[in-house]
Amino acid sequence: MNNSQMVDEDEVLFKPIYHSGKGFYILAAALLTVFLFGVIMYVRQLVYGLGVTGMNQPVTWGFYIISFVFFIGISHAGTLISAILRLSKAEWRRPITRMAEVITGIVLVIGGLHPIIDLGRPDRIMHIFERGRLQSPLLWDMTSITAYFTASTIYLYLPLIPDIALLRDRGGRFNKLYTILSWGYQGTEKQKHVLEKAISILMVMVIPIAISVHTVISWIFSMTLQPGWHSTIFGPYFVVGAIFSGIAALIIVMIVFRKAYHFEDYLKDIHFNYLGTLLLVMSLLWFYFTFAEYLTTFYGHEPVEMRVFLYKFIGGYAPWFWLMVVCNFLIPLIILSNSKTKTITGILVASISVSVGMWLERLIIVVPSLANPRLPFQTGIYIPSLTEFSIFAAAASAFILGFMAFSKVFPLISIWEIKEGREESVRLVSDRLNQYLPSKGHIKKIV
Amino acid sequence: MAKYGMAIDLNKCNQCGACVTACKVENNLQIVSKESAAKGRVMQWMRLTNLSYEGNDPDVRPVTIPSLCVQCDDPPCTKVCPVRATYKRDDGIVAQIYPQCIGCRYCMANCPYNVKVFNWFKEDQPVEYEKCYNKDVAVRMKGVVEKCTFCIHRLQKAKEQAAAEHRKLNEEDYIPACAQVCPSHAFTFGDLDDPNSAVSKLKRDYRKFVLQEELGTLPKVFYLNAKSM
Repeated sequence: MNNSQMVDEDEVLFKPIYHSGKGFYILAAALLTVFLFGVIMYVRQLVYGLGVTGMNQPVTWGFYIISFVFFIGISHAGTLISAILRLSKAEWRRPITRMAEVITGIVLVIGGLHPIIDLGRPDRIMHIFERGRLQSPLLWDMTSITAYFTASTIYLYLPLIPDIALLRDRGGRFNKLYTILSWGYQGTEKQKHVLEKAISILMVMVIPIAISVHTVISWIFSMTLQPGWHSTIFGPYFVVGAIFSGIAALIIVMIVFRKAYHFEDYLKDIHFNYLGTLLLVMSLLWFYFTFAEYLTTFYGHEPVEMRVFLYKFIGGYAPWFWLMVVCNFLIPLIILSNSKTKTITGILVASISVSVGMWLERLIIVVPSLANPRLPFQTGIYIPSLTEFSIFAAAASAFILGFMAFSKVFPLISIWEIKEGREESVRLVSDRLNQYLPSKGHIKKIV
Repeated sequence: MAKYGMAIDLNKCNQCGACVTACKVENNLQIVSKESAAKGRVMQWMRLTNLSYEGNDPDVRPVTIPSLCVQCDDPPCTKVCPVRATYKRDDGIVAQIYPQCIGCRYCMANCPYNVKVFNWFKEDQPVEYEKCYNKDVAVRMKGVVEKCTFCIHRLQKAKEQAAAEHRKLNEEDYIPACAQVCPSHAFTFGDLDDPNSAVSKLKRDYRKFVLQEELGTLPKVFYLNAKSM
């Protein structure tokens, strides 16, 4: 079958795979330049040593660890949200899940590489496998991240199979790749059943893994004796922050690709409205955790903890701290709780502000504690160098590039799930409703 | 098995800094440039930490305390190392394995005493300094963490010497460089397991205190002081 003969009602979803505009190439070239510059700066760091960064004694961790926590946090958007929405049978999930899962896949690779960028001797990375100590939280971390990466890539791949089969049937480029990846999927009853079963097993599995990932990342900090880190609340606090930043990233990605690829008919106001509400809930939850964390510190008034506390509230990091509160709490609260401002533009502004705010939150967790160690005689400051900024820019552009590349090979919106929704959603939902409703007022089946 | 410990008598210390220099030369510590030093990347295993100042202007004098790795008996740094590049030996010394370290700096983040240093760069050393490198100590490569080892190479040498002479290791055979050079004899080094050693006696001294006792790290380097600091 030829592309031109095939007229599909979801043709607009296939279009980005076959057609790329001029803007696409310009943007890709620009991002590639930024990325390559970051790579050059990294090679320079390899040659000269970590001294090219702004890190020092006692601030031994900086940008790289911040980015690591930030990117891994964003990865929670994906799989976790998609799994929860699928599990709760939310019908509006259909156009969202794919993008969420792609975010996870790409961002996990980027985030997972950051600790390696941070190593003084990346050439010895194999030592972790050869003589790793399972008692070290870094090993827990590596284990959970690799588990999460494996689970979430499979979870991305499985719902992709029917779409790959659709692409295979259309012919055209990458046909060999599609043939291999679709595993001979023909959409028979049995295949569908097996696929759905596999997806539902994975979506239950992925949730605890996702939660463990960010909990363990928080434990890297909270297992130490550093003031400001040694806190039991850190596990759930990090998970909440991760989901929070993840939703924000998902909304940004959705709005951008909706505009770029004309998905307006699939990603409607209602999707952003629901996700906006979710973002608002997470913002309130984040504020609750932050409040609880700092109130207990303040009330306890331990001198070592108070030095970090005051450094954040009125000291050197006060501008960043209060900007974080504004970005993570005030702006989303004002925009998202008011139906007049809760438009797509408003939600986009709130999401960008949350992304910035959550990066600042990671900064505020990592640096002030290291800069104010327990023995107060050797304090430090941290001024990142060009190397760190360019590697962060490279990471961000790698994220966008990864997304763009994915959209040229696979559909960004799950086509078979949309089709399935069109055919079955109404029946499924009315069946479900009839289970809850008293038998007198049953809804008539529309289909 | 011996358990090595050190007492530092702050009432004897006159802040001359001989221990700092001796340590630096003995252990081939990198000399860093002024710019690196300004960024907070000074490489010292033994340093004089400035606590405060005493006296009135213009007769101001810094109050310092010689600080080195306190050789915790329950070290927080070894716990978190992902590759066992730092570990506690049976004789209580917390040692480093430089060729094994991957440079993640987790041990530095978890050291409550801030005594570990990192090789941020490999900087050019003065020729004179390179000429007088101590042959018993490895020169560290860039990207690894290092710290005071109680001059562990001296222990190794002393053990070999004692074995060659078919005798047991005596207390006076092994002493770290800082303790050896101190002109005012502020350092006392020895075996804490031997109740009659000088250092064990000082451990029972009423002036004894350890840094951050509340953390339960059980430092084997302790201080003696009668004045208020």
